[in-house]
Amino acid sequence: MENKRTDRKANIQILDGNQAAAHGAKLSRVQVIAAYPITPQTPLTETLSEFVERGEMKAEYVAVESEHSALTVCSSASMVGARTFTATSAHGLAYMHEMLHWVAGARLPVVLACVNRAIGAPWNILNDQQDSISQRDTGWIQIYARNNQEILDSVLQAYRIAEAVYVPAMVCYDGYVLSHAEMPVDVPSQDDVDRFLPPYQPHTILDPANPKNYNLVTLANPRANTEGVLCHGYMELRYLLQEALQNSRETITKVGREFGELFGRSYANMLWEDRLGDADIVIVAMGSLAMEAIVAANMLREEGHKVGVLGLRVFRPFPKADMVEALKKSRLIVVFDKNISYGSEGATCSEIKSALYGSGVNAIIRNFIVGLGGRDVKARELADAVNKSLLSLKEDVLSSEYPEWICYI
Amino acid sequence: MKTNAVNLTETEYLLPGNRVCPGCALSLAYRHILKALEGQVIVTVPASCLTVLHGMYPITSVNVPCVNTPFASTGASATGLVAGLKALGKKGLTVLAIAGDGGTHDIGIQALSGAAERHDDFIYVCYDNEGYMNTGNQRSGSTPLGAISGTTPVLGKQQNQKDMTAIMEAHGIPYVATANPSYPLDLYEKVRRAKSIEGTRFIHVFTPCPPGWGFPFSDTIRIGRLAVETGWVVLYEVENGVFRLTSASESIARRDNLKPIREYLMEQGRFRSITEEQINELQDWVDARWKRYLIRTTSS
Amino acid sequence: METRECHHICGESSPGIGEAGRTGEWRNARPVIEHKKCTPVRQSKPACFLCWLYCPEAVISKTIPPQINLEYCKGCGICAQVCPVRAITMVNEEEFVLNRTY
Repeated sequence: MENKRTDRKANIQILDGNQAAAHGAKLSRVQVIAAYPITPQTPLTETLSEFVERGEMKAEYVAVESEHSALTVCSSASMVGARTFTATSAHGLAYMHEMLHWVAGARLPVVLACVNRAIGAPWNILNDQQDSISQRDTGWIQIYARNNQEILDSVLQAYRIAEAVYVPAMVCYDGYVLSHAEMPVDVPSQDDVDRFLPPYQPHTILDPANPKNYNLVTLANPRANTEGVLCHGYMELRYLLQEALQNSRETITKVGREFGELFGRSYANMLWEDRLGDADIVIVAMGSLAMEAIVAANMLREEGHKVGVLGLRVFRPFPKADMVEALKKSRLIVVFDKNISYGSEGATCSEIKSALYGSGVNAIIRNFIVGLGGRDVKARELADAVNKSLLSLKEDVLSSEYPEWICYI
Repeated sequence: MKTNAVNLTETEYLLPGNRVCPGCALSLAYRHILKALEGQVIVTVPASCLTVLHGMYPITSVNVPCVNTPFASTGASATGLVAGLKALGKKGLTVLAIAGDGGTHDIGIQALSGAAERHDDFIYVCYDNEGYMNTGNQRSGSTPLGAISGTTPVLGKQQNQKDMTAIMEAHGIPYVATANPSYPLDLYEKVRRAKSIEGTRFIHVFTPCPPGWGFPFSDTIRIGRLAVETGWVVLYEVENGVFRLTSASESIARRDNLKPIREYLMEQGRFRSITEEQINELQDWVDARWKRYLIRTTSS
Repeated sequence: METRECHHICGESSPGIGEAGRTGEWRNARPVIEHKKCTPVRQSKPACFLCWLYCPEAVISKTIPPQINLEYCKGCGICAQVCPVRAITMVNEEEFVLNRTY
């Protein structure tokens, strides 16, 4: 990350991922927090309750009795006009699934930290990205962090973006790998953040002097209001959500650029690109895995391959155009997914294939499922998978129908 | 001065030409609840008959701000509204959660219980038509023993209802009450009383449903009164642990003239298949509960 | 049939009478108040008003005599049942059909 502003004094603290997220929420001057503890998110919610109880954070902390209620509290508080925050993992995210749909449809800029964890059955508390991937259809902006600095930075940006486009946003980071691992994080000053993030301007009015009723039953077809103006049907309201997500790319990159100018770390791109300039083989990964992929790329470069890494930063809205541009010179794309859409393939792989369809990019795409349930992923394994993929261009060593799994079967 | 029909405010927050059935007790109850709160409310409503009363986008039949919320979440939605108002320093509004028995006793019980345990500062009204009436009468945790419903269509419900008011009282909240729009002024007074108290306040409103229960829609008030006269519904309030019978239930206790439950059951189509054994079971249940209330009355 | 004129981004509904249309059309019978029996009329002052109190639809006015908004009255008959002096009768809508040929 380029540090453009050298006149700013860095404030390096050693933080784990959960603490980084907590600092992000605190600096964002969140007004209502509702979170239910779940491993490995728990220290995040504990840190926030400590901030509030010590008076370091002026927020209403609601000790909800479930994740479904956690997101509901945020939803209604956001309706009133408060800036809200919640966090969860795995089963907790699944439990609030209904509310994820609701909040997106209600166009409320709630920010959620998802500490990526495997989902049962069977029980597993360790990392993979199945939880947030499973929610990709709900209409939320989804951003993945590669390290703890990106966690903090993404939370701050999430509020700017979400409140500008009125679409909720989730910041995802790998459980344990990031949430419990300590790293140096440059923590911005409150003054700088206040300059970056103005107060929330709600689009909802809850005032007896001007009564409105929000999210009533909406018919299939448009219906006129009392003034005769034709109002949306359900489909039009949902169209507007998709439109907002499609158009949010502009806001995301603009906010990312502005962040860079103010804090010295630019997020002006939807993707993280490493050595794509001369690469004809590209590894694609998301979250902390993207850092492992860089190490794998180093190994492969030493072995004589021109390998680049594409770190997928924003998963929703899916950056199709950016993808095509980044991959146009590749002949082999190896996608590592820490998730799988059962019965099909890794979600990232499907999205990339969809993005490249009709683009003229003629690369071979190989998909590997890695790291489920916290299975450790070694750079050497990633490099070996790339080599196997290369071999598969000549010999029939990999199925092209379903992804290969790097595991003990 | 005690409120009566003459001095009760003329301001209406419920607008005519809405979607509820003729003779809907919920409609009458809601009308008076909003009057009691002078419209200075934010209402939150789950999927329920009230959602239908409120109409369809982009027009609503009510003149107060409202937030719709999914079925299981009413208690949490109210908590969220309260937290948001507090965070923004906005005062003077009452948060009113109003849900059916489905959204209170069954799918919504967890969120309500959590909110009550946290003493979140809102009024929760459960309007109880003893079934999932919005979707055509499926059995709920409030449906009585022996009642025919969409999901107990042949044998009738095999278990009696759960006592939701007692469950809420067990949370130690400062105010619980039962009410009935057949006694609208008692309902009005209870909402006024609740308004003046801080913390989680629960009012369980009995709302007979003509199509669901199988009686003519002109009889709603009469059926509601019969429910009280037979002890199926007992009008009471518990404020900071102090129990008090009110209105007609208080008179019945003084005069000791509770009618047999059979008189109430026989008026309704939903009890067409009830057995003698079930009627006796219900009578015993009503008698035992009434006795407990009388003991609480004398010891208060 | 474009809806861009509607500037909503979510389902924001505004209050309006008759959301379900002219619900008066639901009726089989309408309430008719006999003024000479009606208590506030007889006393020439605000009194009783139980019909107003018990109307689930808020279509009865608190006037002397009470007026019923027939555009929206659904004809439930509760007012007739609760009137303590039986001043209200439910009369079949057929009686009010103009230009009957039978």
